[in-house]
Amino acid sequence: MAILPASLSDWFAAKGWALHPHQAEMLARASDPATLLIAPTGGGKTLAGFLPTLAELGAAPGPGLHTLYISPLKALTADIRRNLRSPVEGAGLAIRIEDRTGDTTQTQRRRQRADPPHILLTTPESLALLLSYEDAPRIFAGLQRVIVDEIHALAESKRGDQLMLGLARLQALAPGLRRVGLSATVEDPPALARYLARNPDPCTVLHADPGPDPDISMLLTDDAPPWAGGGGRYAIPAILDQVKAHRTTLIFHNTRAQAEIFFHDLWLANEDGLPIGIHHGSLAREQRERVEAAMTAGALRAIVCTGSLDLGIDWGDVDLVIQVGAPKNVKRLVQRIGRANHRYNAPSKALLVPANRFEVVECHAALEAVLAHDLDGEPRGPGPRDVLCQHILVAACAAPFAADALYAEVVTAGPYAGLSRAAFDECLDFVATGGYALRAYDRWQRLMLRGGLWGLRDPRAAAVIRQNIGTIIDTETLKVRLKNRAGGMPLGEVEEGFAATLTPGDTFLIGGQVVRYEGLREMTVEVTRQPGREPKVATFNGTKFATSTLLTQRILRIFQQADWPDLPGHTAAWLALQRRVSRLPQPDRLLVESFPHDGREHLCVYGFAGRNAQQTLGLLLTKRMEEEGLHPLGFVATDYATLIWGLDAVRDVAPLFDPARLRDGLEGWLSGNAVMKRTFRNAAIIAGLIERSHQGRRKSGRQATFSSDILYDTLLKYDPGHLMLTITRDEAMRGLVDFGRVEEMLARIGTAPDGGIDMARLDRVTPLAAPLFLEMGRVPVEGAARERLLAEAADRLMQAAGLG
Amino acid sequence: MLRPVADGEASGGDIWASKNLASDSSLQAQPGLARNAAVGQIQSMNTLEFHLGGVALRALPSGALHWPGQRLLCVSDLHFGKAERLARRGGALLPPYDTETTLARLDSDLEATGARQVICLGDSFDDLAAAGALPEAARLWLLRLMAGRDWTWILGNHDPAPQDFGGSHRAALRLGALTFRHIATADTPEVSGHYHPKASVAGRSRPCFLLDAQRLILPAYGAYTGGLASHDPVLTGLMGADALAILTGTRALALPMPRMAPKPGVLRR
Repeated sequence: MAILPASLSDWFAAKGWALHPHQAEMLARASDPATLLIAPTGGGKTLAGFLPTLAELGAAPGPGLHTLYISPLKALTADIRRNLRSPVEGAGLAIRIEDRTGDTTQTQRRRQRADPPHILLTTPESLALLLSYEDAPRIFAGLQRVIVDEIHALAESKRGDQLMLGLARLQALAPGLRRVGLSATVEDPPALARYLARNPDPCTVLHADPGPDPDISMLLTDDAPPWAGGGGRYAIPAILDQVKAHRTTLIFHNTRAQAEIFFHDLWLANEDGLPIGIHHGSLAREQRERVEAAMTAGALRAIVCTGSLDLGIDWGDVDLVIQVGAPKNVKRLVQRIGRANHRYNAPSKALLVPANRFEVVECHAALEAVLAHDLDGEPRGPGPRDVLCQHILVAACAAPFAADALYAEVVTAGPYAGLSRAAFDECLDFVATGGYALRAYDRWQRLMLRGGLWGLRDPRAAAVIRQNIGTIIDTETLKVRLKNRAGGMPLGEVEEGFAATLTPGDTFLIGGQVVRYEGLREMTVEVTRQPGREPKVATFNGTKFATSTLLTQRILRIFQQADWPDLPGHTAAWLALQRRVSRLPQPDRLLVESFPHDGREHLCVYGFAGRNAQQTLGLLLTKRMEEEGLHPLGFVATDYATLIWGLDAVRDVAPLFDPARLRDGLEGWLSGNAVMKRTFRNAAIIAGLIERSHQGRRKSGRQATFSSDILYDTLLKYDPGHLMLTITRDEAMRGLVDFGRVEEMLARIGTAPDGGIDMARLDRVTPLAAPLFLEMGRVPVEGAARERLLAEAADRLMQAAGLG
Repeated sequence: MLRPVADGEASGGDIWASKNLASDSSLQAQPGLARNAAVGQIQSMNTLEFHLGGVALRALPSGALHWPGQRLLCVSDLHFGKAERLARRGGALLPPYDTETTLARLDSDLEATGARQVICLGDSFDDLAAAGALPEAARLWLLRLMAGRDWTWILGNHDPAPQDFGGSHRAALRLGALTFRHIATADTPEVSGHYHPKASVAGRSRPCFLLDAQRLILPAYGAYTGGLASHDPVLTGLMGADALAILTGTRALALPMPRMAPKPGVLRR
């Protein structure tokens, strides 16, 4: 049992604080190699993680890095630094705590490498960068503990895989390293424990008291939600009433764009001038920090936010959480609800605001699931190899390595525990030589084997490799600044594609302000304030959630009810209307609707198989339609349906769904479709085949880069067995393709003697199909119809110009 | 100043004609755009015919320019050896099949047009070292394509003087009314390359030819080449107000040269 310094115990006592049982347990288990703590928000989870560190460092710690704290969010590291400093300074402990993120200045970073603090708070990407430096062994030699906060969130993406590889590296540099994972409630704690611990070390799982059930309900409004669309604008009066009735309200949105629009409208309706703020990941650091500081000071009554406030930022006085838009995932909803009321063992209060009528059903299903403690989750696949390729490159930046030693190290990382030597060697070969059947780069290998060690052929390449560290693939963004003589205040960033559409005088929303586009200077968008104009909406690369299987299944069950007394009248009436004009989808059958709209023929397939499987279904069906001469033009997929549009109506749908032919199509289209190319692009960037373009290095004028599609097509033609194609295929089948769920759906409906497909031909859009028309992420079909339209468009333009 | 001309008319000066041979579009119904019966094999290639400096020319959907009257094929910015150069500099190891892809395309265009004369409009090699480091198979392939053809290498900014291959090396070449050079000048009518123009229509961006009364700019022919959007000020400044973009792809398609960035929302589903 580690003992807290007396001054710290005294400080706690003076505050009237006593350790929670799980906090004491963490101290008792301080010497365990790995511990996973599962606790609700407000349970003092983060302090529990740090207590063993404070005990070990004591009143007069020696020099050197003792504890590394890693969180998925920059905002979280700043918050933890503030929260940790108060007990440390209150108890007069000489412990240095610093954070290091993409926002940290160059000077500060250099100093941190030369003279590390006792506790360093950072992100997975900043850790990977630190590990790429030649002096990493010196920086981390004395490291005792690593705390991974919000590990449940990291484990959902490649950032977690990269981090676990980083921990394996750290463990080699500091063999005594002990690991702590802090997690919200998850559906399979032992799996997360195996993910965290050094394979095959044991990992204790500690559970804190989950506390009372939340007080959660749907917000009732005078106005019914709209038929389609997002944003929840209709609910603004009711939401303002709630804000007035509470101390501090967090208003969550699923996307940054929606948060911006909502904040703008909320501000216009805010006649009492309540102090409200906005916080999301595309805002400038200065803007975010201002909101964070105001919130900490209790000066804000409401904060409109996105996932950037999703994770354990502990800002005291929040007593209400409002979720605008369907939560998509029960686990995430439970997390967000936990943001309210940070007193231990007090129920959190939350309101769900469906943005449209379909979301009313989804919110209702989510409410039921929360109260039933029914959490969603899919089992994790093995660690992705594009991340491993990047890890190998980064390792080579730090120092030449022996392949045997690196392999032995990699398989101690939970996600890579099952990695075969052959699979590792393929990655090493790819990184070193390109891994091509044509051994073209013998002279110009990226890594060379010298004296048994793999190292960079050209050490100057390290700089570029470092710039490309990370597994988050962003769209290109440009910074936005207020234009004035002194350089201008940074406001945030917008997507480059959006910036390209602006002409001077255009107005758009950022950080809740309406600004006027003045011009582009040195790759920065210059704007002036222009309140009171109707703005465009900037596009941001936001996270797009997929509704979990659990939620879609619950929604289907709700559809089967004879009537819906628990749902608001407007939604019940909408479902009844759908039942009358068409029908409602059933769990064991497949509903397909066909109707004309806006000069195009549409086919809507309600598979309820999840966004990715619906997307795959879209690809397979459009390919079959192309074969049948039905001229499909494109499709869009949501979690519950796929909407396909084209030039010709589909009259008989059964032949399209022939399982054997769908399966045959899989291999064929898998090679050439847009989803595969998108997957390839992301994997190729992570694995280091394509460099990210950097604003500093970006040339004006002609782009130095070219489409990753060309690389994909070339590989497919000349080198179909290449590692990058294998990685792309594996990932797509599991993630974006998710063919398993298509098969599952086909099997489910296939048991019906009549084939299980209900085809409805209608003369217009149905109530249930309408929301699909507003979905983003449309996938074009490159076929005969597209060529025809291209020719028609060119022809129209020629005619219009009088040239035809 | 632009006006359609009858097929085969050897008009002087700044006159052009547009024709889409394999198209079912209304273009063919326009007066003066009758089918040309005497083009042979090329007819199936979705090409587009026009005039520059009084010369009848054809844009091929591959990005090559065909001058049937001279049995001449002109391609620009092949950038042979680009992947190799990036690797040499310690960067990413791109699939080393770009040279092969470009050669295959060139081979097929030469075969289809039966061209006896070839002009490579500069930046044929990604740099001088790339010219020297061309794999043996690619070198032999290129030599086979060159054999029996009058082959001119125009000098580019990437490859000032690749001497490892035969053919003649010129800063510019004047042929009839037309001058062929790498970078556009004020000395027109001319055919040039260098800018790798691209244009967007109906939500698709594709490499394109740019054509006005005075000049033609060819798209990059090489496999791994980026592009410069036609609405870039450099190109809108260079091309006349009535310029056309001729898209490459499955067929050569003419449209007024886009001078503004595409707006989101105009992308029709």
